[in-house]
Amino acid sequence: MPWGVQPSRRRFLASASALPILAFAGGAMARSISGTLPWQAFAGEPPKPVNPLGWFFFTPDEVATVEAIVDRLIPADSLSVGGKAAGCAVFIDRQLAGAFGKSSKLYMKGPFANGLPTQGYQGTLTPEGRYRDGLRALNDHVRTGHAKSFAQLAPHDQDAMLAGLESGQLDLKLAQGLSTRAFFELVLQNTMEGFFADPLYGGNKGMVGWKLVGFPGARYDYRDHIEKHNVPYPKGPISIYGES
Amino acid sequence: MAQLLPHKDVVIMGLGWTGAILAQELTESGLDVVAIERGPWRDTATDFNIGYMPDELRFAIRKELFLQPAQEAMTMRNSVAQTAMPMRDYSSFLPGSGVGGAGVHWNGFNWRFFPNEFQAKTHLTKRYGAKRLNELQLEDWGITYDELEQSYDKFEYVCGTSGKAGNLKGQIIDGGNPFEGPRSREYPLPPLKMPYSSTLFADAAKGLGLHPFPLPASNMSKPYVNSLGVALGECTYCGYCERFGCANYSKAAPQTTILPVLMKKSNFEVRTECEVLKINLRPDGKTAKSVTYIDTAGREYEQPGDIILLCGYGLMNVRMMLLSGIGHAYDPNTGKGTVGRNYCYQTQGSAARLFYEGKHFNPFVASGALSSGLDDFNSDVFDHSALDFVGGANISCGTSNGRPIGNRPTPPGTARWGAQWKKATAETYQNATAIGGQGSSYPTRGNYLDLDPTYKDRHGRSLLRITFDFPDNDLRMSRYISDQLAKIGKAMNPKQMVVSHATKGWNSVPYQTTHNTGGASMGAKPDTSAVNKYLQSWDVSNVFVLGASAFQQNEGRNPTGTVGALAYWAAEAIRDQYLKKPGPLVQA
Repeated sequence: MPWGVQPSRRRFLASASALPILAFAGGAMARSISGTLPWQAFAGEPPKPVNPLGWFFFTPDEVATVEAIVDRLIPADSLSVGGKAAGCAVFIDRQLAGAFGKSSKLYMKGPFANGLPTQGYQGTLTPEGRYRDGLRALNDHVRTGHAKSFAQLAPHDQDAMLAGLESGQLDLKLAQGLSTRAFFELVLQNTMEGFFADPLYGGNKGMVGWKLVGFPGARYDYRDHIEKHNVPYPKGPISIYGES
Repeated sequence: MAQLLPHKDVVIMGLGWTGAILAQELTESGLDVVAIERGPWRDTATDFNIGYMPDELRFAIRKELFLQPAQEAMTMRNSVAQTAMPMRDYSSFLPGSGVGGAGVHWNGFNWRFFPNEFQAKTHLTKRYGAKRLNELQLEDWGITYDELEQSYDKFEYVCGTSGKAGNLKGQIIDGGNPFEGPRSREYPLPPLKMPYSSTLFADAAKGLGLHPFPLPASNMSKPYVNSLGVALGECTYCGYCERFGCANYSKAAPQTTILPVLMKKSNFEVRTECEVLKINLRPDGKTAKSVTYIDTAGREYEQPGDIILLCGYGLMNVRMMLLSGIGHAYDPNTGKGTVGRNYCYQTQGSAARLFYEGKHFNPFVASGALSSGLDDFNSDVFDHSALDFVGGANISCGTSNGRPIGNRPTPPGTARWGAQWKKATAETYQNATAIGGQGSSYPTRGNYLDLDPTYKDRHGRSLLRITFDFPDNDLRMSRYISDQLAKIGKAMNPKQMVVSHATKGWNSVPYQTTHNTGGASMGAKPDTSAVNKYLQSWDVSNVFVLGASAFQQNEGRNPTGTVGALAYWAAEAIRDQYLKKPGPLVQA
């Protein structure tokens, strides 16, 4: 299941084998199970492939910026297509539109204060907020110096700008707790996730990331190869939904 | 107001490895047992479904099977001089949640601890003098390896462990670990088939006169029927172990070993998505009367019971003791109090990354505990007389996965993005392996657990606060280990090698290990341990505290084998001693 897109299906399955022996256990999810090993056919939670069309989180401006960024982080060359053609921007858009973007699993209680580097991110913004803030500040910065947006810069200038974000030499003065470097790391991490995650999430189109390195994906059985030392694996990748 | 429920003989917090073991053993004695588990019910077919389990993003990166910080977070700092901040996402370590607990997502390393580690203080003082241990707060565990041997054996045979004995009843066996404690019989299964990287490592190590052996793996090298009659399948080397449930029924977990038997018993019940809030003590504070928990609809219940078993993850057990007033909180200033004392982690920084050309390591042909390793520099196997530390590390090389979001090495100096990154990534994926040192973590006075004064959970209860940094002793150990593994790495003849060691300033951000130990340590004396040798609270005699929280220190090994053995040990004590005569099993 893509994160938070739908509530747990299992919650609604009144498993025939799970005895609701507590008369008070009428809660949505809490269960009592005794005297049986509960199992129900087709009760799994298979992931739902993302809708490949349109944008669910990014504005048109943000789309242009993110597509330009992912295409510099993973440029097109003789080895593979670039990040944009691989679907990395679509991937990030769908992630931000779901539970990941809203940080619904993180601890988000205050008080908020800037911690030490060993204490990790301590800002109030969820990932969607971090993208909103970072992309806006990046384009504000570019427009001030170049009268252009990031996407309109030459690739060489885009690279220089990204290197400045990575090193922290370029300070976008982002929200509390969000350093420019941390914003860059978030974008880099999500871009790589998009390039190497199963294609059902919108990136890694045609399993391009897996083919780049020679990762066979969801094959799940290598008993015939474990003792073939230093021998190339003969099969190409396969995805969860059977793309090969 | 909590609704009062009918009495049970035994109330268990948490249904992971220790909860399942205790429930299985105590229901066999006819007791009526209920487990209260805050996570969901999980079974292999549904939740570790083979159709979609190989999904790195969902399970390894977004960590679907783990405890989420929104439910329970912790705060951390490196010293008492700092202000602890909440870890807003778990990343240095990843506690489990749900039925099966951490037994679902582990790699499967199933070790026994070294005999001398149970008497660490006595043994090391005798050999090196008290001065060597000045920085440390080592204690004996109040138990011996020999006492625990049969419990280790039980856990290994329930789990179906693949390995090669190196010491059978005192006789050293070729191909196994010659430095291990004596075992009463061979492993239940032969070792896994070793990958290319492990054989290169083993050959190099043998050439240096060292003693490599296949690491003990609760990943099945062959189909197996365990001691409870539950069948497990052969490992397929799929490379989706750690952070995943096993879809092949080939990794030992409560789901694949104990629950198929336990769940069918009419005298066992599990209540899932029910979170324990507090253990309620009787007015004299010497026994517990009940457990208060809350369900997902926000309703509170009070479950009375004769025996209360804390079977959560070790850190959660400690927090529950502190929240409930079980025992006395440790104070690093006075050294008094025992709950929260001797918190240890694992010293993971020693590593050599090896880069080659023209190889095919096939890192995706992998299993969680698929490694060759050696103990020549672990624990007190080697003489520390001329050295400036105690402790050591298991040194190993293997393939646990080749999942490319998390595992795509590049040589040092490579850019992290752009054309150069891509070229190096494509070239290196098949050409890299690594030797790792899993180092001991020894206790100090200043490393401890307590309740955070500021941050609360969603029920308004204080979060657990971790105050920890790597002790200088352990950092010196890590440097020494790095020197040793570099020699092995060099003998493996790579094109390039990068060696690293642990450094000061534990960082809660990069993943290191989920081997958190101590805080409710076991021992012979109530002033230096929170529980006695049977894991029974010294202060509240019908509360037993299971898990790695009982460790006095963590050695250079994965803790699960000892967690499982201590669970069988405690279950036997409850069954054979406590039930006959409830009360303290050891007089303080």
